[in-house]
This record gives sequence, structure tokens and C-alpha cells, in this order.
Amino acid sequence: MKFFTHLGQYFLLVLRIFGKPEKHRLYFNQTLREMDNLGIKSLGIAVIISFFIGMVVIIHMTINMGNPLIPAFYVSFTTRDVLVLEFSSTVLSLILAGKVGSLIASEIGTMRVTEQIDALDAMGINSASYLIQPKVIAAMFVNPLLVILSIFIGLIGGWVVSQMGGLLTSYDYFYGLRFQFDPYYLVYTLIKSVIFAFIITSVSGYFGYYTKGGAMEVGKSSTQAVVYSMIFILISNYAVTEIMLT
Amino acid sequence: MIQLDSVSKYFGKTMVLNEVNALFEEGKTNLIIGQSGSGKTVLLKCIVGLHEISSGNIYYDERNFSGMSSQERKLIRQEMGMVFQGGALFDSMTVEQNIRFPLNMFTSKTREEKIERVNFCLDRVNLDKVNKLYPAEISGGMRKRVSIARAIALNPKYLFCDEPNSGLDPQTAIVIDNLIREITREYNMTTVINTHDMNSVMEIGENVIFISEGAVIWTGNCEEILKADNKTLQDFVFASELMKKIKG
Repeated sequence: MKFFTHLGQYFLLVLRIFGKPEKHRLYFNQTLREMDNLGIKSLGIAVIISFFIGMVVIIHMTINMGNPLIPAFYVSFTTRDVLVLEFSSTVLSLILAGKVGSLIASEIGTMRVTEQIDALDAMGINSASYLIQPKVIAAMFVNPLLVILSIFIGLIGGWVVSQMGGLLTSYDYFYGLRFQFDPYYLVYTLIKSVIFAFIITSVSGYFGYYTKGGAMEVGKSSTQAVVYSMIFILISNYAVTEIMLT
Repeated sequence: MIQLDSVSKYFGKTMVLNEVNALFEEGKTNLIIGQSGSGKTVLLKCIVGLHEISSGNIYYDERNFSGMSSQERKLIRQEMGMVFQGGALFDSMTVEQNIRFPLNMFTSKTREEKIERVNFCLDRVNLDKVNKLYPAEISGGMRKRVSIARAIALNPKYLFCDEPNSGLDPQTAIVIDNLIREITREYNMTTVINTHDMNSVMEIGENVIFISEGAVIWTGNCEEILKADNKTLQDFVFASELMKKIKG
């Protein structure tokens, strides 16, 4: 029962988030700031994780496909599909849900418990829209770019290890990357990244916005934001895959 | 002028405000007093519209606020300024950005005009050289003044203060009280202040309503309050040794 109350409250908040902005220029500036805050400041973690995952995936593929009957380029071919289809959109978004989600929930939650949100409401400002809308729009723009970067960096990581460990030749590696490449996979992963960005920012915004109490509750909201964002990412990942790939 | 007509508020089945009737006059400092948990903050938040009332009406100069659409309320809210208990300054913005915020949102002034207005408001609350500081870098008393400066930035007709001198030393508290009274008279605002501080009541209590268990049980001013014969009010007013000595 409580779950449905939260769900209803969440959808009502989403309607408020997309209410008409009081001043478009201020919202635009705020969106640019959030692009820096949520996107550019996540570049480091995205690059490091993608590089190392690319390295690990190629090792796994080499071990599991080390069969003279399977062509060598199949290793980079499968690595590419792992990165494009799942890792760079889903796993990266799960990691960003931890970083960005907790940041959003704690920022908005602190504003709630220190009456800063009440101050916005008392001024006649749609606080939900002012605080959450720029974050949602910024993440929906920036997340796909992070995903593309992640794919690229992951493939570089895979190539570095394949050369260092002598796992396969550069020719085989790049041939595998191009082999039966379907651009629709890229469309699929970018659509997922936009949906995940919406989930991370709106769910975290929801938990922050409805924080009640003090510092402990802000921490609790932050944890809930991360947990629920991850659950909804996984559910929507299944739904989108079912719709787009089957 | 703000008029409350039989305002009640329930949280679930718990009644927090019971048929509150009150009149807050223009150009006067109107005080809502009562013990902690008596419903003062809820009443103030209902008046401002941060809580929806369960029944009754709230009139802002004969405009029925409780019957307005959210769009109409938005307009009336631009005539309000509010000072929160903890200041509620935006901690990621400097003092200047805090005061400029409502000007950015609701006016089409140029940058220079906005800065001029910010400096005027800061000057009015006797603050200078704090424009570039963040709320965390200034004292509690200064934060309250900045909060007042932000509240008056749009030249409001109505000013609401939720325990404006809580957490301040007695001297600073009196300075803040007098500042609010001066501003109220200067701009002929309807000011509603929520407090449980008897010093404030004696200092600026031009129109006082006493709330107990969500109901108004006494109305008067700072002189009349000492002679009131209501037992609950007497217990509240003369709780401290100092007030007992004043009573003689």
C-alpha cells in the first residue's frame, strides 16, 4: 500500500517538475550548471571504470573463447557487443546512480530540512520544477555522451590489454570491432541511457524533495534514492530490451 | 490587512488548529504567541499557504487566499516576504545572490538596478561588506538580517517572521525586533511574527494573539497582556523569574 502511495506521489512530483518555468533564462543557466555538475564531474569515474572493464572483458572473452574453431576476431566482436549493449549504458548508469543519485538526494534533502524549499515555495516559485527540472534535462543530455565515451574508452582498454598480453593482433581486434556492426544497437543503448538518466535524477529528486527530519533522514533519503534508482534502472532495462530487441 | 475566518487544520485525524479567528493589521507588528507545540508555526505556514487549511478562509485585503487557484496564489505570494526560523538562506549562493534571487525571478530590472536594490536592502538592515560572503561565513544575527533583506527585496505588502530571534543573544534579538518594527512602519506592511519570546512581546507586541492547543484564547497588546486574567496566558507570560519580578 505504501509503495503505491509513493508511486502516486512520485508521478505527481514529475508533473510538477515539468511545470512552466518562472524564467526560462534562469532555468537554462541552471541546466548548464547541472550539466557540469552531473556530467563533466562524472567524466573521471566513467573513464576509469570503462577502461578497466574493457580490459577485464577482453581477458574473459579470450579465456572463454580460446578455441581453435572460433576465429580470433570473435573476441573483440563479443567485447564490443558487451560494452555497447549492456556495460556502457546499464552498468555505467548503475554506477552513476550511486554517485549522482546520492548527490541529488542529499542536496535537495538538505534544502528541505533547512527550510530552503519552503523559502522557494513562499516566494511563489515552483520549487520542484526549479530544483529538479534542470537536473533531469541536464542528465538526459549528458548521459548519452558519457555512454558513447564509455564505449570508446572501454574498447581502447580492451585493445591495450590485447596488445600487452599478446591476446590477439591489432588487425583481428579492429576487424572484430567492425564485424557485423548493427547501428541499431547504438540507438538502443542511447535510448536506454536517456531513460536511465531520467530515472536517476527524478527518483533521487523525489527522495530528496520529500525528506522529513534532520541529518539522519537526509542520509536515509540518499541511500533510498540510490537503491530505488538502481531497481528501476534494472526493471526498465529489461522492459526496453524486451521491446527493442525481441 | 490579513483576516483569518474560522481556520482549522487537521493532520490526519489530529486537530492542530481549531476555528482560529484573527485580524492582523497593516503597519503594525502582529504577534502570534504560545507554547511550543501550540500550533503557531502551523498557523503561520497555513497563512502563507505552505500548508493547506482544512476549513475556514484567509483573506489578504479582502482577497480570499484559500479560495484562489495556484496561479492566483503565485501572484499574491510575490507580495509576501518571509523570514524563516533558521534564515533559510540558499547556502550555495552568496549574500548578494540570495537577495538578488527574488529580483531575478520576478522582475525585469537590469543587473545594475538589481545590485542597487540589493545594496539598499542590505543597508536597510544595517549590513555592509558582506555581499560576497556565503551564509556559512556570517554570524547567526547577520543571517537573520540577510533573511530580512531578502524578504523585503520585492517591497512586500505582507511580512511573515517565524521566530526571528530564536538562537540569538538578547541584545541582537532586540535589534532584530526593532528592525522588523521599523521596516513595518516605514513600508506600512502587515507583519505577522511567530514567537514564544516574552522580550519580543514586550518590545514590539502591538497586536498579540495567544494560541493554546490550536485555538486563540486571548487577543490584545503588550500592555494589556500583563493585566490579562486568563490562567493559561498568565502561566505562559509569567513563567520566568524576570517576568514574575515585573509583575511584582
